[in-house]
Amino acid sequence: MTYTTHSESGTEALGAEFAKTLPAGAVVALYGDLGCGKTAFVRGMARGMGIDCVVNSPTFTIVNEYLGGEMPLFHFDMYRLGGADELYDIGWEDYLGRGGVCAVEWSENVPGAFEGDEIAVRFEKTGENDRTITIEGGPLTC
Amino acid sequence: MNILAFESSCDETAAAVVADGRTILSNEIFSQVALHEIYGGVVPEIAARSHLEVISLLADRALEKAGLARADIDAVACTYAPGLIGAVLVGVNFAKSAALALDKPLIPVHHIRGHIAANYLAYPDLEPPFLCLAISGGNTMLVDVRGYTDMRILGQTRDDAAGECFDKSARVMGLGYPGGKPIDDLSKQGDDRAYDLPRPAVNDGNPYDMSFSGLKTAVVNIAHHAQQTDEALDKPGLAASLCRAVSETLVGRTMDAAKALGYRSIAVAGGVAANSRIRADFEAACRKAGRTLYVPPLRLCGDNAAMIGAQGYYEYLAGHIAGPDLNAYATMEI
Ligand SMILES: Nc1ncnc2c1ncn2[C@@H]1O[C@H](COP(=O)(O)OP(=O)(O)OP(=O)(O)O)[C@@H](O)[C@H]1O
Ligand SMILES: [Mg+2]
Repeated sequence: MTYTTHSESGTEALGAEFAKTLPAGAVVALYGDLGCGKTAFVRGMARGMGIDCVVNSPTFTIVNEYLGGEMPLFHFDMYRLGGADELYDIGWEDYLGRGGVCAVEWSENVPGAFEGDEIAVRFEKTGENDRTITIEGGPLTC
Repeated sequence: MNILAFESSCDETAAAVVADGRTILSNEIFSQVALHEIYGGVVPEIAARSHLEVISLLADRALEKAGLARADIDAVACTYAPGLIGAVLVGVNFAKSAALALDKPLIPVHHIRGHIAANYLAYPDLEPPFLCLAISGGNTMLVDVRGYTDMRILGQTRDDAAGECFDKSARVMGLGYPGGKPIDDLSKQGDDRAYDLPRPAVNDGNPYDMSFSGLKTAVVNIAHHAQQTDEALDKPGLAASLCRAVSETLVGRTMDAAKALGYRSIAVAGGVAANSRIRADFEAACRKAGRTLYVPPLRLCGDNAAMIGAQGYYEYLAGHIAGPDLNAYATMEI
C-alpha cells in the first residue's frame, strides 16, 4: 500500500495509525535516504502506541527504548553499522524476544537481520515536503 | 580520595583515576574513530565485545599512569546509564568486580552528568549552580545544574542532535566521518550567508527545546540539487552557513535560559563544544551579557572516564552508592 504525505505531521499521523494495529513482536524495517522522515514516522508510531516521551534520532545511540506504553517500542538506527554481523554486538536478538515492537531505521545496512516476517516501510522524497511511503506486509496492506 | 572510573556507554571504552573530583591522575581512552576514518563512515564498531577486550587493559594502564597501586584506590565509579545496553553492561560489570576485589564502594554515574562534570576538571573553581549546554553526536540538552547531584533538563532536541546534523551534512558534502572537524575547517573560508538555511524552531510547548532535522534535510536537499543540476556546490559557504545556523540556535536558547533563570555562569560540554564558530559566538554573547563562560578542553569534551570520576566523587559525597546488584539502563532521566 502506498501513501503520500505532505508534511512531517502527516507522516507522524500515518505512523500512529500504522502502529495501532501492530502485534507484540512485530518488526518494522524502514528504508530510505537521509531526511526522508523515518524518525518522524517512528515518533508517530510511539504516539499510536500510547507512548508520549521524546522520540529523537537513535543514530548515535543505535537504539532508543521507549517503555511508557502498553508494550515497549525499540527504536533502532543501523546508520552507523557496517553489516548484519554487528547485530550480535548491539544485542539485536535479545530485543526480538522482549515482547515489543522493533522499528529499524537504515535497514538497508543490515540485510541479514530479517527473517521474512518483517513489515517493510519504504520512504521516498518526492518534493521538498512530499514523501511517498510504501508499506509492504502487515495489517495496513490488506 | 582516588576514584578509579570507567566509561563504556557507546563507542569509546575508557578508564581513569581522578583525585577528589577535580584532579586527573590518568585518563585512558580506546576509541574506534580511527577505524571510522579508514572505512569512510559506516564501520564495524560499538562492539560490546571490543569494550570487553580492552577494559581490563585500560584499567591497568590507568593505574600505572597514575602511579598508584590497587590499594591506593578508594572507590570505583562507572557509567550505568544511558547508553547501548550491551556496552554499558561491560563497564558496570567490570566496575562491580573491581569494587568487590578491592573491597571499596561502587558509584554509579549518569553519563550526561559526567559530561557536565568535565567542567570541574577544567575549572577548579566552578561550582553549581550554573547552566550547562551538553552538545554531542547523540545529545543536545540544556541543563539547569542546581547542585552537584541536583539537575533538571530545561530543553532538548526533539529529533537530531547538533553533532548528528554536522556529521550527516558532512557526509552529503563528501567530507567524510566524523564530520564536525572538516565542516569547522571548511567554514573558515566560507561566507556564512551563502545559503539561506532554516532556523530550527520549535513553536509548541517548551521554549528551550530544539530541532535540527530540518537543517539536516535542508543541507541534504541543497547537496542533491547541486548534484542533479550539475551546479557547483559552494562547500565552504554551505559549511559556514550551517555552522552559523546551528550556533545561533544553541547560543540563542542558552542565553535566553540564562537570562530567564538569572544564571551568571554558563558551561558547555560534549564534543560539539569544539566547534570554533559555536565557541566564538558563546564568547561574544557572554561578554555582552556579562556572564562567565566555561568550555572544557577538547580531550575532556568527548566521552572519557575522567569526567565519570569527577562526577563520581560528588555522587559519593551525596551518598549515592550501589551494591553488587547494580544494573545498567539504556534510558534514564538525568
Ligand atoms: N512529508 C514529510 N514527512 C516527513 N518529514 C518531512 C515531510 N516534509 C518535510 N519533512 C522534513 O523532513 C525531515 C525528516 O527528518 P527525519 O529525521 O525524520 O528523517 P530520517 O529519515 O529519519 O533521516 P535519517 O536518515 O537522518 O535518520 C524533517 O526535517 C521534516 O520536517
Ligand atoms: Mg532518522
